[in-house]
Amino acid sequence: MLSIKDLRASVDGKEILKGINLEIKPGEVHAIMGPNGSGKSTLSHVLSGRDGYEVTGGSVTYNGGDLFELEAHERARAGVFLAFQYPVEIPGVNNMYFLKAAVNAKREQEGKPEMDSMEFLTLVREKMGLLKMKPDFLHRNVNEGFSGGEKKRNEILQMAMLEPNLCLLDETDSGLDIDALQIVAEGVNALRSPERSFVVVTHYQRLLDYIVPDFVHVLAHGRIVKSGGRELALELEEKGYGWIEEQAA
Amino acid sequence: MSSTAQELDHLIGKEYKEGFVTDIEAETFDPGLDEDVIRRLSAIKQEPEWLLEWRLEAFRHWQTMVGPDWAKLDVPPIDYQALSYYSAPKSKKDGPKSLDEVDPKLLETYEKLGIPLEERAALAGVAVDAVFDSVSVATTFKDKLNEAGVIFCSFSEAVREHPELVRQYLGTVVPQGDNFFAALNSAVFSDGSFIYIPKGTRCPMELSTYFRINAANTGQFERTLIVADEGSYVSYLEGCTAPRRDENQLHAAVVELVALDNAQIKYSTVQNWYPGDENGKGGIYNFVTKRAECRGVNSKVSWTQVETGSAITWKYPSCVLKGDNSVGEFYSVALSTLKQQADTGTKMIHIGKNTSSTIISKGISAMRGSNAYRGLVKVTKGADNARNYTQCDSLLMGDRCAAHTFPYMEVANPTAQVEHEATTSKISDDQLFYCTSRGISEEDAVSMIVNGFCKEVIKELPMEFAVEAQKLLGVSLEGSVG
Repeated sequence: MLSIKDLRASVDGKEILKGINLEIKPGEVHAIMGPNGSGKSTLSHVLSGRDGYEVTGGSVTYNGGDLFELEAHERARAGVFLAFQYPVEIPGVNNMYFLKAAVNAKREQEGKPEMDSMEFLTLVREKMGLLKMKPDFLHRNVNEGFSGGEKKRNEILQMAMLEPNLCLLDETDSGLDIDALQIVAEGVNALRSPERSFVVVTHYQRLLDYIVPDFVHVLAHGRIVKSGGRELALELEEKGYGWIEEQAA
Repeated sequence: MSSTAQELDHLIGKEYKEGFVTDIEAETFDPGLDEDVIRRLSAIKQEPEWLLEWRLEAFRHWQTMVGPDWAKLDVPPIDYQALSYYSAPKSKKDGPKSLDEVDPKLLETYEKLGIPLEERAALAGVAVDAVFDSVSVATTFKDKLNEAGVIFCSFSEAVREHPELVRQYLGTVVPQGDNFFAALNSAVFSDGSFIYIPKGTRCPMELSTYFRINAANTGQFERTLIVADEGSYVSYLEGCTAPRRDENQLHAAVVELVALDNAQIKYSTVQNWYPGDENGKGGIYNFVTKRAECRGVNSKVSWTQVETGSAITWKYPSCVLKGDNSVGEFYSVALSTLKQQADTGTKMIHIGKNTSSTIISKGISAMRGSNAYRGLVKVTKGADNARNYTQCDSLLMGDRCAAHTFPYMEVANPTAQVEHEATTSKISDDQLFYCTSRGISEEDAVSMIVNGFCKEVIKELPMEFAVEAQKLLGVSLEGSVG
């Protein structure tokens, strides 16, 4: 599904990613952990095509093609989804309108007809039920005045509607209380399937109690310094990041 | 950020699809302006003596005046002797009695602009007065309006058919010598629309005027007068376009609205004059005086404007709230992209008791556009319990555009409550990326964000116009973000 080889990227001339290697197969859940400033968010932004990052080396192959050949919106239509750490407010733009525009952009790409309003509404209501979202959610403006928990649930709702192949979750647990975290995690777990892969970027292992990963990677100073299974996250929880950073240095 | 700015520069491709020229034989005055020109103009229109005198008075006053220089605009000098003050398609010398007599080329022009004049093809529920250069070429649904007692015709026709009404109200809201451009207009105005809604009548359909400038080197000086008699209601829309030309063209209009006791006027504008190119070449100078007088008790006037065109816009649709409990509203979206300049806003003059006004202004600046909001809220001594709420929001795209806000308040009554809120924001990279990361193209994202920003104003427009305005905002911004 996704093959990252020796990926290097910089921001304003400063190298942040210094040679990342990662193989992700369909259906796998990979957690990327690491201290602040290790390059976790940069990795998810580079993969989703955000402006302002310069890829200086290496390659990323997505479903057999060069990911960097695609613009951000083309990646989204090809099934890459980024759940934001800080979802953005768009004043005056209706949540349902936004969601429908996104869904239909993807359908257009796939050569499918636009989803009509009834069909869309039925589908979105079903997904909202799953995430315990109130119906008025659809009629509010995109993320405007949403609580932290509502914003994150909105991200997962978008993910559920867009049915991506590759889901990048950037610090989805930040700013969530335990109840909201559970709801969000349930939403994510409901989307797990043999075809769909996840990259879960997180600082804390707490999220991984709910979204159980197949692999855990530790990112430090722009490189993956240690990889392991579920138990690595627990070890990190206990010992912190210091020992790994020392080992790597 | 810098990469975004470069792309902003790179992708300049604003499509002005109304920029075509209609090839039609016209009777056009030679350039130049003196009393003889005004006499000839008045004679062609078969005007009564009092109106000619009124024009000449305005002209003499105008000659003593200088153009305004206080706006945040860079206006190149205008040679008023180099302009022609009258141009009319030849076939329309005496005015066609019905659509069958209108030159097919003109019908075609309006068809192309999306304004079919044949009643069966026209938008149901909207009557249109089509003004082409200096004359009105057709007014639709006249019979239906006649039945309701509503007068909707070209200004010239009103002068001929309803001289007493015109004389009673003309210049009572915007006096001849009000300002430089109003004085010029009073001297040389050519055509426009006249509307009279009788007592207790709710106008059965939307009334609309479509202004088209076609001839080169010609000024358009439209004059519109709307009178809503006691207890009546009317919703009026105006649209404007012009061909793409390298020379600047002058459009100096005057619009006067009068609302008597318990009357309501809703006036909407979608202004899409040719804006010029990205280097500021060509485009319309839109110097317009629009004012409403809420003369009667409980009267109400709402101005809604979406201004996307013109090289320079100088325009302050205002309300004089004379009647007790009268209400004035101003909802505005002004977009300046390319090298456009806009200095626009409103004046709310509170005179009667318990008067209230609302001002919602949304300014959008992109590329090298400059946008200024200028507004006055004035509460006079006797205006007990006056209320005003003003909200001015500016949205910037890129880093070469500008937004300014000049709110003025003069309050002479201690019971007044005047509120002002202002914000300036940028379409952030975050917002754009958020949309693109959901598969929405950057152009669609910009259009979506801008329309969201303008929503409070767009929703004030009648349905057909709202859709039009949303599209126009999208098209106007096409290519302004890469």
